[in-house]
Amino acid sequence: MANDPIVQVRDLRKVFRQGDLDVIALNGVSVDIAPCEFVALMGPSGSGKSTLLHLIAGIDRPTSGTVLVQGINVAELNESQLADWRNQNVGFVFQTFNLIPVLTGFENVELPLLLTQLKRSERRRQVETALELVGLSDRMHHRPDQLSGGQQQRVAIARALVTDPALIVADEPTGNLDAKSAADVMLILQALARSSGKTVIMVTHDPKAAAYGTRSLHLEKGEIAA
Amino acid sequence: MALPLKYNLRNVIVRWRSSMATVLGIAAVVAVFIVLRGMARGLEASSGNTGDPRNVLIVRKGSQAESGSLVSREHFRTLLYMEEVARNERNEPVISAEVIVMVTAPRRDGSGEANVLLRGLTPRGMELRPQVSLVAGRWFEPGHHEAVVSQRLARRFAGFEVGGTIRAGPTTLAIVGQMDGGGSAFDSEAWLDADEARSIFERDQYSSILVRPRDEAALIRLVKKVEEDKRLTLRAEREVEYYAKQTLTAKPIKIVASLLGMAMSLGAVFAAMNTMYASVASRTREIGTLRVLGFSRRTVVACFVIEGGLLAGFGGLVGCLLSLLMNGYSAGTLDFQSFAETVFQFRITPDLMLLGVAFSVAIGVAGSLLPALRAARLPVISALKAP
Repeated sequence: MANDPIVQVRDLRKVFRQGDLDVIALNGVSVDIAPCEFVALMGPSGSGKSTLLHLIAGIDRPTSGTVLVQGINVAELNESQLADWRNQNVGFVFQTFNLIPVLTGFENVELPLLLTQLKRSERRRQVETALELVGLSDRMHHRPDQLSGGQQQRVAIARALVTDPALIVADEPTGNLDAKSAADVMLILQALARSSGKTVIMVTHDPKAAAYGTRSLHLEKGEIAA
Repeated sequence: MALPLKYNLRNVIVRWRSSMATVLGIAAVVAVFIVLRGMARGLEASSGNTGDPRNVLIVRKGSQAESGSLVSREHFRTLLYMEEVARNERNEPVISAEVIVMVTAPRRDGSGEANVLLRGLTPRGMELRPQVSLVAGRWFEPGHHEAVVSQRLARRFAGFEVGGTIRAGPTTLAIVGQMDGGGSAFDSEAWLDADEARSIFERDQYSSILVRPRDEAALIRLVKKVEEDKRLTLRAEREVEYYAKQTLTAKPIKIVASLLGMAMSLGAVFAAMNTMYASVASRTREIGTLRVLGFSRRTVVACFVIEGGLLAGFGGLVGCLLSLLMNGYSAGTLDFQSFAETVFQFRITPDLMLLGVAFSVAIGVAGSLLPALRAARLPVISALKAP
């Protein structure tokens, strides 16, 4: 059904071992996120918001509990299935952009498509469309070090979009940007949720950034605060 | 699917300082590897290029080389009148009884003295070796204490020019000509008259007999006859086969090439490993990003192994180019059978270069395997948090 949650998190626990100590990062979190929502995960450092994002995106495994994304229990996938699942279903945006420095903007955006069966011409069309969407068609052949921080983050968003995933996860996407670039990036993410049917989950410390979302979830000590 | 090759190439270029050091290190290893093998190949070619398939060389049974062989005059006379022996237009049997002796001569570069192989031979012996030609002066005349030296030997020994002398036992031989052995073992010899050689060195016996049978059937009969005749105690084989077996000198060089190659390649593997570990360390976040985007551990391993192989392969190509500088270079070494100086040319052949490149790629792959596995095993989240 259209309004079924795209993400269903139930009793999620994540415990890290640090020396002889067990550190509880998430302590029984349950949350539903509907399609096309733009959810901001907020909270102080160590509250577990990034851990929650990583578990939803399938780049970490929970200690207990379930994460269903589009009905798939992410924790049950093996390493290789998880890699394929991430490639097809999740787009990632990082605080530090995480572009490959030796590749151009175009080549960076094309990377996730190299894992698909698409022909070269189809890949080219999709990359150009994604870069057009973030307003960077004219800079596609520049390497990351030839782009501003805001432009690099827009390339990263294009890379996150290019496989047309249902879910976009963003970890502090404006953390390294000036106010103007941060606003541009937030408008793009907002438009993705509003007009392109994407579900966006974003970790942020910045209330201004969170204000672009449809909902904010506050975490404290590994639990969702009331 | 693998990452595009340009990703590897650009990473190699971006880290050009460490890449260059690895490339040069591997180039040096490959160059030494190829040059040593080229040396062995040159020595083998020198032996392999010697002789005429129509000739039969006869030495004492049990002798591995002419220099250690003795053939009596009586045996020579027996062979001389065998019906299988060809005759020239003057109806003379085409057979040459030869004497091999060693003399010492000073090297041109002042690095002491070395043995030189003197071959005493008859005019028939010269007819039997058409690959040898006179390039300067004239041939020796019997009874005049004259010798002709190979021009390659002349480049290595002092006083071997036309007009110079060779000290030979109690006397000296005047050098009246220089010959070219056409890249054969004769390039390491000096020739004089056989009877004169026996007289100077007080030899009652010959070292070997070179003979031209009438035809192929006669050749087979002659070899069989000599081998089976219990009175002769001689061994006969085609001249070309005899020289093809004289590759003992190349063997120690091949062993040294292999040992040195192994030792140096171990160093090169560590150099490549060091470069690739540094590369993995500086690209930890990149690796994390690739994993997040869906690239498998196997792809990451392949990526770094390909990169190591590329880097080393490039080093191998540079090594090949360096080794080519030695191609055709004429050098001398001790012949472990005759203990005389043997002259040869380095032969850097395409198959050796191909072997060198394959060797370098193997070094690169071996050196990058552990760093690649380390890269693939990095936990994704901690890789993403790397500086």
